[in-house]
Amino acid sequence: MLGLSDAETYLTQEVARVAGGIRRRVLEHTLKHNGGYLSQACSSAEILATLYTRIMNLGPVFVPIKPDPFAGVPGEGSLLYRRGDFYNGPKGPDYDRFILSPTHYSLVLYACLVETRRMDADGFADFNKDGGILEMIGAEHSPGMEVMTGSLGQGISQAAGIALSRKLKGDKGKVWVFMSDGELQPGQVWEAVQCMAFYKLDNMGLYVDVNGYQCDGKTSQVMGLEPLEDRFMAFGCETHRVNGHDPLALAGPAQELRRGKPLVVLCDTIPYKDMEPLKSRAPKFHYLRFTSDQERKVYEEFYKNL
Amino acid sequence: MEILTKVHAKKLVEWAIDKPEVVVLSADLTGSTEADLFQKAYPNRFFSMGIAEQNMLSFAGGMAREGFVPLIHTFAVFIYRRAYDQIAMSVAYPNLPVKMFGFLPGILTPGGATHQAIEDISVMRSLPNMTVLEVGDATDAESVLDVAYQVPGPVYVRTLRGELPRLFDKTEPMVFNQARLLSKGEDLALFTSGICTEEARKVVEALKAKGLTIEHLHVSTLKPFTDHQVVEALEKARYGAITLENHSIIGGLGTAVAEVIAEKGLPRRLVKMGIMDRFLHGASRPTLSRENRMNGMALVQEIEKLTRKQFGVTEEELGSVHLTPVHSESKAEAL
Repeated sequence: MLGLSDAETYLTQEVARVAGGIRRRVLEHTLKHNGGYLSQACSSAEILATLYTRIMNLGPVFVPIKPDPFAGVPGEGSLLYRRGDFYNGPKGPDYDRFILSPTHYSLVLYACLVETRRMDADGFADFNKDGGILEMIGAEHSPGMEVMTGSLGQGISQAAGIALSRKLKGDKGKVWVFMSDGELQPGQVWEAVQCMAFYKLDNMGLYVDVNGYQCDGKTSQVMGLEPLEDRFMAFGCETHRVNGHDPLALAGPAQELRRGKPLVVLCDTIPYKDMEPLKSRAPKFHYLRFTSDQERKVYEEFYKNL
Repeated sequence: MEILTKVHAKKLVEWAIDKPEVVVLSADLTGSTEADLFQKAYPNRFFSMGIAEQNMLSFAGGMAREGFVPLIHTFAVFIYRRAYDQIAMSVAYPNLPVKMFGFLPGILTPGGATHQAIEDISVMRSLPNMTVLEVGDATDAESVLDVAYQVPGPVYVRTLRGELPRLFDKTEPMVFNQARLLSKGEDLALFTSGICTEEARKVVEALKAKGLTIEHLHVSTLKPFTDHQVVEALEKARYGAITLENHSIIGGLGTAVAEVIAEKGLPRRLVKMGIMDRFLHGASRPTLSRENRMNGMALVQEIEKLTRKQFGVTEEELGSVHLTPVHSESKAEAL
């Protein structure tokens, strides 16, 4: 890597290591469960890896945490109830927060937590098992998750409420939200963005995985979103559009938060990045289920050669 | 009868003075929901959220997670119809202390079907972790803040604005999960809520003079619904029970009482009075009340059918009943 400082080279290599681990682990579980949200890992691996290793100032976790069994839902008085933000380290006024909005990316986040030594790799044995907390579409008790998201559009509003509250309390820490592009369709998102700009929530940053696909197919054919930069800028956000697989491009905007404006980083990504067999699935990437033994074998071979 | 104005607005300012964690969120209906005095008194704790209820409810969930107690202020109908998924997942599931104040319930707004909350209690009652309260007079409106605040989780408050009568003695605040026992009797059990209690009291007084004794309970906690007074009233009532509410006859007070009757296996007939499983239209309170048989004369007719007796009560007679703020019979007994 020409022209990079040693520190930059090290961090870039670290992001590449974490991102590679995310793809490998998600593929492994896709094979094990005969299906999974594989393309989400391919498109977002570098974004999550960069957030966790370069951008967010999270509290430390010294020993990777072994996931507990499911302890019930809030309100039933379980003393064992623990939210998934436990894996993001202790909370404090100077520490950042992370909100995963589309929880279809939960497996990607679990893999990221393992790669960043916040979750015990053995915890994966409970993935998608009854009685475990590593649910396929996670809830607020799932590792890495702080609030109840997954009903698309609600994460950003909850994060904005947290960001405003932290300003009122004088916290220095920021609130980072991961979103996907399809999720920008519901109106609540734009209610939230106008609110973030109105209340000048400059302690809040949004990373959007713009992979161009959603459940039904190409986003441009399901319900077009472009021009995304213009939309966010018109709403009053500090907006950047970057290569979502380039760690330095991803990390850059987070270093220059503008006073008085929420930050939006639109990350252009490839839904089959570093997963060659997946390419032929276009335009249906949302959930991979093997249609034949032959197809499965192709992925098994690919996994062996990783 | 004493009539008070802007009860909620005034009480909120006084009540919130020593509660710095209390914030008010409003969706462009600040004056209309009596949050204006709070806004003036505590501008730094008031947040205008615009006409964007979905964001407002999820946002409130975020604030509650950080230790604030958000009080949502808008019309009842816009809370649960426009932001139901947000209430369910951003507020109710995590059991957060967001208190929703819904104004102009049922027939109180002439704004037509778009503005009339007719199934809010039904919807909110079926939501896990949710507490549902309803205000019936000035004393309820003054004391509901404390009741809602003491509940650790989310609360939906169906409340009143503008000119309110004081039906209940001002020294007797609303009590969580405890109905006000307004009259004792063994012929009939009568359960009323919200604005329906005032008219029902006139009927109870008029019929008492004619020899019919009615156990009359004013219900302000719709969920939970485990007040032992309800069962006791039903057990005694020899002719059966009637519910009267400013809400659909499906899913509200009437349904809650029906569930108690069924669960306890009580052999009691039940007549459910209220909005008759129909959308309303833009009209005045008296007209909508008459069309849905929510007035005193309709109640007399239902009582006559249940008891198979004629009481010869006239509209003039009901109108001339003079009400004064009552002490709850249950309180008197306890003393």
